[in-house]
Amino acid sequence: MLLYTLRRILYAVPIALAVSLVCFMLVHIAPGDPIDAILPPDASAETVALVRKDYGLDKPLPVQFGLWLAHVVQGDFGRSIANRRLVADELVSAASKTFILATTAASLGFVIGCILGGLAGAFRGTLIDRAAVSFAVGGVSVPHYWLGMVLVIIFSVTLGWLPSMSAGPGDWAWDWLHIRHLILPAITLSVIPAGLVTRTVRGVVVEILSQDFMTTLRGKGLRRLMLTVHVMKNAAPTALAVMGLQLGYLMGGSILVETVFAWPGTGMMLNQAIFQRDIPVLQGTTLVLAMIFVALNLLVDLIQTALDPRMRRT
Amino acid sequence: MRDDLLVLARDLRVKFTTGVNAVNGVDFDLRQREVLCILGESGSGKSVTLRALMRLNPPTKTIMSGTLELGGRDVVQASENEMSDLRGPFVSMIFQEPMTALDPVFTIGRQITETILRHENISRRKARRRALELLELVQIPSAKRRLDAYPHELSGGLRQRAMIAIALSCRPKLLLADEPTTALDASVQIQILLLLREIQQELGMGMIFVTHDLGVAGEVADRIAVMYAGRFIEEGPVADLMRQPLHPYAKGLLGATVHEGSRGKRLTTIPGAPPDLRDLPGGCAFAPRCTEAEGACLAHLPELRTPVPDRAARCIHVDDRPAAFGERLAS
Ligand SMILES: Nc1ncnc2c1ncn2[C@@H]1O[C@H](COP(=O)(O)OP(=O)(O)OP(=O)(O)O)[C@@H](O)[C@H]1O
Ligand SMILES: [Mg+2]
Repeated sequence: MLLYTLRRILYAVPIALAVSLVCFMLVHIAPGDPIDAILPPDASAETVALVRKDYGLDKPLPVQFGLWLAHVVQGDFGRSIANRRLVADELVSAASKTFILATTAASLGFVIGCILGGLAGAFRGTLIDRAAVSFAVGGVSVPHYWLGMVLVIIFSVTLGWLPSMSAGPGDWAWDWLHIRHLILPAITLSVIPAGLVTRTVRGVVVEILSQDFMTTLRGKGLRRLMLTVHVMKNAAPTALAVMGLQLGYLMGGSILVETVFAWPGTGMMLNQAIFQRDIPVLQGTTLVLAMIFVALNLLVDLIQTALDPRMRRT
Repeated sequence: MRDDLLVLARDLRVKFTTGVNAVNGVDFDLRQREVLCILGESGSGKSVTLRALMRLNPPTKTIMSGTLELGGRDVVQASENEMSDLRGPFVSMIFQEPMTALDPVFTIGRQITETILRHENISRRKARRRALELLELVQIPSAKRRLDAYPHELSGGLRQRAMIAIALSCRPKLLLADEPTTALDASVQIQILLLLREIQQELGMGMIFVTHDLGVAGEVADRIAVMYAGRFIEEGPVADLMRQPLHPYAKGLLGATVHEGSRGKRLTTIPGAPPDLRDLPGGCAFAPRCTEAEGACLAHLPELRTPVPDRAARCIHVDDRPAAFGERLAS
């Protein structure tokens, strides 16, 4: 198991390198000279040369990549072009906000999905099943931002129960003052994972219930509760895998929802960086999100392996 | 006299909501320590009959009727809770496929102890000790280590032994075995079989055994029942039935050359196809394939006839008088 873990981590290294390369190349993929993005168009030739040297843009590409990587590894992503603040600081603050939102939404989606999917699978073909499946289809097809706006209209504008903007005053804390800001975006974001997990868990449960060993278990006189434990343990690896991937998507994919709710996370940060052509911010954010995605995938893989004895090797 | 009766089945029927009439009136008794072998072609309803005894056919898709008592308790009417109390301590089953009949994500030990803990009020440690004893009883080498093994870590033969250990974990009075050796290598088959018979005798269990193998039946059984289209068309003591089958189907099935040493001999195939279980003919279900059939066979279902005490067959050509049977034997 330890060996397997090490091997998996080793496999993740080239992926991480490739991702960094792509992020680095962003500067050069963006149309035009990156200098144009940094300096105003009327900058003098000396300034251009100075800035070019300053940013290391005069060196050959592989050297640039090496230098950039060396900085990045030390947590130095440079400064934002838009506001001159350290990208790393901005990133930490934004990523933690996104993390709060994403984990809340993913957990919510996971719990809802497991309950609905489990019920649908256990009562296949009944009204419960059909209701759960309709919810799942609705969940994955409804546009995020539209649902977000509808929720805002109902709960913020009409009922006035919950705020529609920002993550609350000052630093984040798990108190009602802040949590009330989290509720609407978290619900909005949880709908897709809830739908996907419902669908997956339903399929898995139906499959497990049709297995021969379920007859064996019933034949041993096990009651419903014990049977449920067996079903859950068999379904867990698949359900967790889906949930882990969803968490990965949510970490990076909440640009629309964060923008709708003005939630100061990486999504909003990316959105602003794109419009301001703030390449260091773009680079840093993309890289960090991609790394989180790689790490989550690795984690899911390891958990799944730990849970399923058949996948354990060496 | 009825105290030692483990199973009493009268006109037991099982129908599926798909329209299949899998069991169409089965009558038999099983006493303590008795071993009954069920023989029959594929699809004749052997597995469904066994599962019906424990009421393990899919609950929402199965309609069961007739009389079925296990140790005097009504299985057809019992609640699901009452049934689950019987499963394990009174009756348990060994399934055909050791590969798929065990939960892949639970250890062997856990699958045994959970059964014990479900039915008996003992500590986890004691249950585990019993699990170890059971693995030793079924002769699994290095049993202690195997307690913590997962099913996929065992070979087919060992897995089937583990399956047997699970079935025995609450010392059932009645053991059902549905082709317990079919999925295994020939050499392993014999070992498992001898083990089963030994344990059956040691623990004094009643056993119902489904097999396709005549040799196995001759080796293990006290009595044999031949099944066709969901009915026992003949039943009797193993030696008599094998030497002198009464029903034309049983004769065909056992072949012309049944003798001692028929181990490993598969049942002979008979020309023609078994009837459609959705739409059974009114009379003898075997008549369309029977060389001795006549008009009367199709008129109505032949009742069970008893030419000699302890033997019965559903065929109009079988005389219902012991004397006549003796004459036929002589001729
Ligand atoms: N759950 C079920 N739902 C519907 N039909 C079923 C079900 N289980 C069995 N049957 C049908 O009942 C009939 C008898 O099947 P059964 O499994 O008892 O045969 P068998 O005698 O055990 O055959 P084999 O020797 O191949 O194991 C078959 O036609 C089968 O298709
Ligand atoms: Mg069968």
